[in-house]
Amino acid sequence: MNPTLRKGKVPPNNNNQAVYPDRESFYWSKITLVMGLRGSLMGKLNNIDNPNNITKEETLKLEFISENALSIPVFKMMDADGELYDGACHSSLDKDTAIKIYETMRFIRILDERMLAAQRQGRISFYMQCLGEEAAVTASAAALESQDMIFAQYREQAALAYRGFELEQFMHQNFSNSKDLGKGRQMPIHYGSNALNYMTISSPLGTQIPQAAGYAYGQKLDGNGGCTICYFGEGAASEGDFHAGLNMAAVHKAPVIFFARNNGYAISTPASEQFKGDGIACRGVGYGMKSIRVDGVDTLAVYEAVKLAREYAVKNNEPILIESIAYRLAAHSSSDDPTGYRSKDEEENFRLNCPVNRFRNYLIKQNWLDEQEDESSKETIRKEVLAALKKAEVVEKPSLEDLITDVYEEVPQHLRKQMDELKAHIAKYPEHYPASSGAKGENH
Amino acid sequence: MAKMNMLQAINSALMIALEEHPKACVFGEDVGYFGGVFRATSGLQETFGKSRVFNTPLVEQGILGFANGLAAQGVKAIAEIQFADYIFPAFDQIVNETAKFRYRSGNEFNVGNLVIRTPYGGGIAGGLYHSQSPEAYFAHTPGLKLVFPRNAYQAKGLLASSIEANDPVIFFEPKRLYRASVGEVPEEKYLIPLDKAEIIKGGNDVTLLAWGAQVEIIEKAAEMAEKQGISCEVIDLRTVLPWDVETVANSVIKTGRLIISQEAPLTGGFASEISATIQSECFLHLESPIDRVCGLDTPYPLAQEKEYMADHLKVYEAILRSVQY
Ligand SMILES: Cc1ncc(C[n+]2csc(CCOP(=O)(O)OP(=O)(O)O)c2C)c(N)n1
Ligand SMILES: [Mg+2]
Repeated sequence: MNPTLRKGKVPPNNNNQAVYPDRESFYWSKITLVMGLRGSLMGKLNNIDNPNNITKEETLKLEFISENALSIPVFKMMDADGELYDGACHSSLDKDTAIKIYETMRFIRILDERMLAAQRQGRISFYMQCLGEEAAVTASAAALESQDMIFAQYREQAALAYRGFELEQFMHQNFSNSKDLGKGRQMPIHYGSNALNYMTISSPLGTQIPQAAGYAYGQKLDGNGGCTICYFGEGAASEGDFHAGLNMAAVHKAPVIFFARNNGYAISTPASEQFKGDGIACRGVGYGMKSIRVDGVDTLAVYEAVKLAREYAVKNNEPILIESIAYRLAAHSSSDDPTGYRSKDEEENFRLNCPVNRFRNYLIKQNWLDEQEDESSKETIRKEVLAALKKAEVVEKPSLEDLITDVYEEVPQHLRKQMDELKAHIAKYPEHYPASSGAKGENH
Repeated sequence: MAKMNMLQAINSALMIALEEHPKACVFGEDVGYFGGVFRATSGLQETFGKSRVFNTPLVEQGILGFANGLAAQGVKAIAEIQFADYIFPAFDQIVNETAKFRYRSGNEFNVGNLVIRTPYGGGIAGGLYHSQSPEAYFAHTPGLKLVFPRNAYQAKGLLASSIEANDPVIFFEPKRLYRASVGEVPEEKYLIPLDKAEIIKGGNDVTLLAWGAQVEIIEKAAEMAEKQGISCEVIDLRTVLPWDVETVANSVIKTGRLIISQEAPLTGGFASEISATIQSECFLHLESPIDRVCGLDTPYPLAQEKEYMADHLKVYEAILRSVQY
């Protein structure tokens, strides 16, 4: 092999006719050559004396940096009575937005209550509530522009409601009927809407995090000033995809807001068995991005933090990490019973710290909300929700054909054949497949 | 003997393993204090303590990477992946590490102490991500053993053998049957061999083959066929990798017909592998083409789950086609 090439330098007479005795050394010298060229190019782009890309401070003291070196405070603005703390930040939340946020939280409370009951009655198969985290999800969505993309985990129905997803659409999805935008393919609460810039939920945890980085990078290329918000739980933040996603976003400067919902639990696993560092916020610093921790029960604080984060992310094309602190008041899902892993006392204690009540108190103090009107609205909404439920429940199931569409853009030949065989089979045993044959079901 | 459902049988096998092996560890998401989302590890932490039965952070690649290291160190590492649908973040650790540990080191190191338990399969209104049967991805990976119990009794004996085995095992638990499968199960330890399929019903006209929850389906189809005077031999493959070619081939030489049923999609499924092998082993004995009754080649659906599934009626139809060929 040519020794000059080995050192990674471009040889003076580098023409393609160079003599390489055998294939292998030809191959390797090409590689070295490419690396050599790259090296000299990089030298021009990067700080030539900092190849390790680190802060160049030095010390003669032998000491470890403490694992608690970063002790990140919780940003807050108002107390449980809806009163701004002395010295709190100025609130930029206008009346209309405030009311819309409140109405969204109020709606989600009622929807969640009703749908969990529907699950208990066996009308839907599964449900997940947002209970305790309504402020974090709603206020963060409210601080965005409608062009901004939302990548959610599954407990963020309030963000979708804020965007204008209709009550009927929530119902169609939960009942997996033919009007569900997702064609009845996913379990309840796996919403998605292209029109509302809300990416369809995927159950595998953490997968949306690097995707959000990529999506935001595309928005940066568009140059329209849009960004992406990405929600995930403190449990999902343990997944490899979290680390991959933050690093990709930081290195490639994607305008994405990572919104970690630290609600204390991942199913039964308490945060104390999930991680040892100072929450999730400290990790943003590790990946080289601005980070903040915010009181997720405090609507005003969440709104201001996300608004500022958005401004910064879009202006500088940089990711930001926000960790919101709240408590998952409900069971993990309708399949879960928290009495198996936490005490009623603990739950009752946190129930007092209600994000909806706190914001309601604030609105009343501002004279932006009439208590009596609020109560009667709740009644009306309850009725609307129940009526929508009853309607969606009897909408027909998706057509059998929907079983094979969207696997690919066009239905391929082998799937067409499988569908034809399935139809012939169903025609033979209609009573066994009542949903698709229209026949009455079997007794057994 | 005691009446146990499959969860209790699995729990009993784990209990015994933790007693027998003072360093054995059981771990995964929510398996600690709570005892797992299906309660398979219920009471284990209470009995054996937090250092041997514990919750892990929510990271499957971490669980399996940790398990590989732990097993290499000499600990019976019994890891749980909460749903087989969520095993994929650990795919690299399993396929490139677990399966190749022994081979790549010339047997200097191995992870034969590792068992991965994971609930799999459909029929529970779980949609795309709580229903999959991903065995074919792993069956393409030499070095792994893939084990599927069909009922409570099998679950305890096969799990005990998987823990004893000095090769890494993925133990696929049919979650649809966790509570539904109830039977007499010995309270003490017993082993069921990992390399033997089981003929659970003898017959002469056609061989029906399945594994895991699907065995129940072919048994039901066999009952229907018997009423029509068709004699079915029903085989539970039990171990999908490496699989018991001999038992299946001998049966097909006798019956001349084979129907394989799996929950997973048709294309590239393990049924295809079996068809190819049996076709070459038994070519001159075959009376009809080997048939596969499988899921459709789509992601696992929700609203049309019933239509999608390889149910007993589809297997029954395949039996009729086969004998009338
Ligand atoms: C890859 C993957 N592993 C496991 C699961 C099962 N699972 C669903 S939700 C959940 C807990 C998530 O907790 P967290 O991220 O804190 O969100 P929270 O439910 O608290 O909102 C688990 C383990 C999953 N969906 N995906
Ligand atoms: Mg959580």
